[in-house]
Amino acid sequence: MTFARKRVAGVAAVAVAAALALSGCADTGTSGSPSEEPGSGDTGNLAVTFLPKNLGNPYFDTSSKGGKAAVEEFGGTFAEVGPAEATPDAQVSYINTATQQGVGALVVSANDPQAICDALNEARDADVKVVTFDSDTNPDCRDLFINQATADGIAKIQVDLIAEQIGDEGEIAILSASANATNQNAWIETMTEILAADHPNITLVETVYGDDDDQTSFDKTAALLQSHPNLKGIISPTTVGISAAARYLSTSDYKGKVALTGLGTPNQMREFVEDGTVTAFALWNPEDLGYLAAWAAQALITGEITGAEGDSFSAGKLGDYEVGADGTVLLGDPYVFDADNIGDFDF
Amino acid sequence: MTTTATTETTRVIRDYDKPLWRRLLLTREAAIVGLLILVVVVASATVRGFGQPITLNYLLLDIAPILLIALPMTLIMITGEIDLSVGSMVGLSSVVTGVGIQAGLPFEVAALLALLVGVVGGAFNGFLVTVVGLPSLAVTIGTLALFRGLAVGLLGTTAVTNFPETWTALAKAKIAGTTIPYIMVPFLILLAIFVIMLHFTPFGRGIYAIGLSKDAARFSGVDVERTKMVLFVLAGVVSAFAGIYYTLRFGSARGDNATGLELQVIAAVVLGGVSVFGGRGQLYGVVAAALLIGVLASALRLANVTSDVINIITGVLLVLSVVAASVLTWLQKARRRPGRPPRVATSTAP
Repeated sequence: MTFARKRVAGVAAVAVAAALALSGCADTGTSGSPSEEPGSGDTGNLAVTFLPKNLGNPYFDTSSKGGKAAVEEFGGTFAEVGPAEATPDAQVSYINTATQQGVGALVVSANDPQAICDALNEARDADVKVVTFDSDTNPDCRDLFINQATADGIAKIQVDLIAEQIGDEGEIAILSASANATNQNAWIETMTEILAADHPNITLVETVYGDDDDQTSFDKTAALLQSHPNLKGIISPTTVGISAAARYLSTSDYKGKVALTGLGTPNQMREFVEDGTVTAFALWNPEDLGYLAAWAAQALITGEITGAEGDSFSAGKLGDYEVGADGTVLLGDPYVFDADNIGDFDF
Repeated sequence: MTTTATTETTRVIRDYDKPLWRRLLLTREAAIVGLLILVVVVASATVRGFGQPITLNYLLLDIAPILLIALPMTLIMITGEIDLSVGSMVGLSSVVTGVGIQAGLPFEVAALLALLVGVVGGAFNGFLVTVVGLPSLAVTIGTLALFRGLAVGLLGTTAVTNFPETWTALAKAKIAGTTIPYIMVPFLILLAIFVIMLHFTPFGRGIYAIGLSKDAARFSGVDVERTKMVLFVLAGVVSAFAGIYYTLRFGSARGDNATGLELQVIAAVVLGGVSVFGGRGQLYGVVAAALLIGVLASALRLANVTSDVINIITGVLLVLSVVAASVLTWLQKARRRPGRPPRVATSTAP
């Protein structure tokens, strides 16, 4: 019987705790009202929270830097939160937190297009504006998507760069990621069309796949150069491929003779730009991306735009932007990194 | 307590010489409940946004899988075993549900299939532990990798998202008039079942007996192998259920769902007063500990504390709780010098 008594008492203790937890929540429900946020006033609640895919990622550190600069320019309050691991379930907790905090806008790079949707819509129901950047969700769970680059823009810049580097004539090859990567294949298709239409003297001799694996890409580069002795240039539209190819070229006789360009990040490519293996490559500028996303958030908060197609807003030093189809805002042409500007970036 | 003629029994009997309030206040479980209340009160008063009803909703939605899986895990750990494969089983059952939907099965059938996978996976763990006689730590490290590998292998890096909305809505639905999510209903039912099983049946007494001494338990008629087998199957099927909930809550079946969940579950169980050596623990302490971890994470997130600092704080709390338990045990042993009658010992204690 004493056993039973102890158990009952234990259950009672839990019940008391639960009751306290519940009443504690209810009692102070009004004191935590989000409307006293500094920076709120006629222009609305300018508290902007950035939620990258994960923290401690140089790419997102750079985009948050841009976001912070923009928020400071329009006089809002900036916060960056996020999970340690890039998983959607961890992101949901942070979206819920932003909803509880009653922030003005949440700027998110989605770890999954669907899994965070409901949480985002709950936030929007609580008057939080939702802007996605870098990686979009389904269009019906956010107000705006800030698109870093279009497929056409990415294809065109790579063709432009290789044409410039090889004197607009000769044999080139493509080192892609996997053979069934949707975005890569779309770029390659567009590149082939542009080459055929505007660069009749350039011949695309082969497309090989490094499966976004460093060693495979390295080996495929070697094979490519052996089977095509007249090769003048390689386009690698993948950050893994371009750095592996650059590593191969930099230690071979082809260094400086075979041009290499594509999509890469400054930190991966820095040494190859400095040692002359690579002249220029492209990507977008994540700092500008974050900057634009923050200004878009501000425009949504103040009611300057609703996210409808054709709405336009001002994004500080980047100028004016217009909302396109599906609530998408395009950052612009891809950004070209070369010896002159690579030192300005760290991601 | 006919089955355990052991020191634990003696200790428990001695403890009942103390007055009720002292027995309650001095237990580890009581300390966790107290800490939980303290953290809730402090967070409500100091953290902006914490003291609103919706906090409870998000909090419970977040920790529901931990609460659910902690139930069988508590029993397994009381027997002195462990199951590290539960997080992977959540991922696997999530993927099985997704693949089932993709293959055109109705959701109910896909979910049943996932539960079945939970039974089979748990039985596989149980088989290797009881029949083959391998240590559960080694077995479930293996199945941790195996189940996760199967999950990722079945679905690759893609996700299945087209779940029926009635079910995804139900996973997040609030009980009318409150902010408590519906998932708490199956949890409370399971909690009741597990409490009865652990504290009111011979099967439950057998669980404690196994944890204190496997051989003594066996000699007193406890079917050690059968008990462990049942517990591993329970862990598998409850994890599969948590996996279905997880899938519905996020509306997304992914191979990497709930990665690392096993550590959060074990953290809650250990913090809740279950001895890692077996033989000791109460379900209410574990429930309070899971709530405490959830409340802490929620409050710290609201205070914009970064995720790595939250992990550090939870980790430190866990280490401290284990250290505190050892210190307490040592103190108790020091106080109960041999040959001294327990009455005297307790009455002179400060």
